[in-house]
Amino acid sequence: MRKISLIALVLFGALLLYASSGLPGHGDPDGPSHRERSRAGSPVAAAHYIRHAQGDAASPNIVTVVLADYRGFDTLGETVVVLTAGLVCYLILRRSP
Amino acid sequence: MEIEFIAGHNLYWIISLLLLVGLYGMLAKRNLVKKLVGMNIFQTSIILFYVAIASKKKATVPVIDAALGSVDPAHYINPLPHTLMLTAIVVSVATTGVGFALLISIFRRYGTLDEDTLLKRMR
Amino acid sequence: MTSSSRNPILITASRLLAPFIQLFALYVIFHGHFGPGGGFQGGALLAASILMLRLSVGAERSELKFRKSWGTPVGALGAMIFAGTGLLTLLLGGRFLEYHFLPLPDLSRAELHSTGILLIEVGVSLAVMAVLVAIYDDIMEGPGGD
Repeated sequence: MRKISLIALVLFGALLLYASSGLPGHGDPDGPSHRERSRAGSPVAAAHYIRHAQGDAASPNIVTVVLADYRGFDTLGETVVVLTAGLVCYLILRRSP
Repeated sequence: MEIEFIAGHNLYWIISLLLLVGLYGMLAKRNLVKKLVGMNIFQTSIILFYVAIASKKKATVPVIDAALGSVDPAHYINPLPHTLMLTAIVVSVATTGVGFALLISIFRRYGTLDEDTLLKRMR
Repeated sequence: MTSSSRNPILITASRLLAPFIQLFALYVIFHGHFGPGGGFQGGALLAASILMLRLSVGAERSELKFRKSWGTPVGALGAMIFAGTGLLTLLLGGRFLEYHFLPLPDLSRAELHSTGILLIEVGVSLAVMAVLVAIYDDIMEGPGGD
C-alpha cells in the first residue's frame, strides 16, 4: 500500500515537471494571461480590468474593484461559503448529542 | 537558453515539490490531523502557483499609481489571480476549521485519530 | 482553558495591543479602495485581535468584547448586508450588484460604484470576523475545553 502510493507520487511528480516545462517562464511579460488579446483574438480579462478599473469605480486598487465589482457575485458566493463553514462548525460541535 | 529556462522555471519545480509534500502527507500518514496538515500544505502550493503566474517583469502591484503616467497593462501585474487567491485563503481557513470540527467529533466518539485503530473500532 | 497560568505581562501587553490592531483593521477595511487592503484582510485582522484576547485574558473576560453567542448572527448579518446591497439595486431597477442604481444623490456613476464596494466590504469583513471567532469558540466548547 505504502509502496504503491510512493510510486504514484513519483510518477505524479514527473508528470508535474513535464507539464511545467510548457508554462511560460516566471515573470514573462508575454505570457498568455498578460496579453491584450488571446490567440483566438478575444480580449483578455486582466488587461481590460487594469485599463478600466479606475474609470469604472473611482478607486485605484484594481484587486478590490475586481473582487467587489466585476466579480461581485463570485465574492457573494465565497462569503456564503465562509458563513456555511461557521454554521457547520456550530452544528457539529455545539449540538447536544 | 538553458540558463534562461532554469531561471524561469525553478519556481515551478519548488512549488511542485511542495505539492508532492502535501500529497505525501495525505497519502502516507496514518494520523488524521497530519492528513489535514498535508491538505493545508497542498492548498498553500496551489495558492503559491497562482501568485507565481500573476507576476510580470518590470511591473508593480495592481494599485494604480499616478506617478506612472497613463494606465498601461505592462506597468501592473495581473490582478485576477490575486483576487481569486484572496478569497481562496479565507475559504481555506474556514474549511480547515470545519475539518478540525469533524476531527474533534470523531475523537469524542471513537477516542482515537489513528486511521487503523479507527477503522477497527468502527466495525 | 485553565486560568491557573495567567501571566500579567501577557495580559497587559495583549490588552494594550488589541485596540491598535482593531484600529489598523478598520484602516485596512476603509482604505481598501486606495491602497492594499479590503474586507477579507480587515476581517481577518479583527478576528486576530479578538482571538488574541480570548487566548490571553481568558474566554469569560474577552466575552465583554465579543460574546460567544454573537458569532453566527453577526456572520449572517454580514452576508445579509452584502446580499441586501445587491437586492436593493435589483429593486431600484438595475441588475444584481449594479451599484450605480443606489439611491444616493449628487454622486457620479463611478463614485456610486465606489460606495457600493465600500458597503459590501463592510459586510464581508463582518462575516469573516464573526465566522473565524465562531469557529474558535465552537472548537473550544465542549467537555475538554473552557
